[in-house]
Amino acid sequence: MPRRHLVPAALIALATVSPAMVAHAAPDAARGQQLYARCAACHALTFDRVGPRHCGLLGRRAGSVPDFGYSPAMKRSGIVWDEATLDQFLTKPLRMVPGSSMTYAGVPLAADRADLIAYLKSANRGAACQPVPMNG
Amino acid sequence: MSFFQMPTPGAARRLFLGRSGGLMLSGAAVALLAGNDALAAKAGGGKAADIQILNTAIGAELEAIAAYQLGAESKLLSKPVLDLALAFQSHHKEHVTLLSGTVVKLGGKAAEAKAKYNFPVDQLKAELDVLKFAASLEQGAVSAYLGAVPLFGNRDLARAAASILGDEAMHWAILRQAIGEVPVPSAFMS
Repeated sequence: MPRRHLVPAALIALATVSPAMVAHAAPDAARGQQLYARCAACHALTFDRVGPRHCGLLGRRAGSVPDFGYSPAMKRSGIVWDEATLDQFLTKPLRMVPGSSMTYAGVPLAADRADLIAYLKSANRGAACQPVPMNG
Repeated sequence: MSFFQMPTPGAARRLFLGRSGGLMLSGAAVALLAGNDALAAKAGGGKAADIQILNTAIGAELEAIAAYQLGAESKLLSKPVLDLALAFQSHHKEHVTLLSGTVVKLGGKAAEAKAKYNFPVDQLKAELDVLKFAASLEQGAVSAYLGAVPLFGNRDLARAAASILGDEAMHWAILRQAIGEVPVPSAFMS
């Protein structure tokens, strides 16, 4: 393409990017990993702490990690964790599950929640969350 | 000058202890709640919820105490860093004393330490690893208290939690400094 056509083409491309498209940028797992530091007082990927482990979270029924001391409220919540339920829970945990031990006000920004969930999905697929093969 | 740059461990320790405001901070926090007979009455209908928040915090504090114990016994820490770890651990113990006493005052049963904690021991091979691990716990603690403060029904409890948050934030900043990171990375905590 002749160089003189590049600038108008770029302007047309920019004009077609609406504010809504900018606001809904793709979730950023790398940024989500940074945000996950907020969870580090209570959670880890691979082992239970004050909160349950996050490996295997996506698709898991709430309150189902063996031997973890869940609140009765979480055990009977009937939630299965997916993008939608995680987004709802992270917005205001105690509004979704009153009586939960996760006494945390929530993650107010939708973009932060989306990035956190993207990180959790990525981590769940990653090496840290894969079962260690048994010898023999 | 940072106490990590002092010429001898003794000088570093004196500098750290001389600068430490831990006793003043914990004293203020204890004064906030200790002997407050009106606490239970003021808690009102949110008492059970406040007890739950306090017990979650106690659980995290107890784990932090165990983590610092692990670091202290690891033989990976130089003397000034060991002194620092034990000082921070003592703060967490004071937090537990305050929070547990408050739970009892509210008529609840305080959370107790687990028989065993899981820590990434295989990743702690040098002093820097221990410092990074402690920093991650302290950062998480700042966020956890920040997320708990607005939930308390009793504003005295919110104030006490904010006081502890300030202590955790100072721990985190000093640990970041020790790691070689910018000690205070932003104007706001999240």
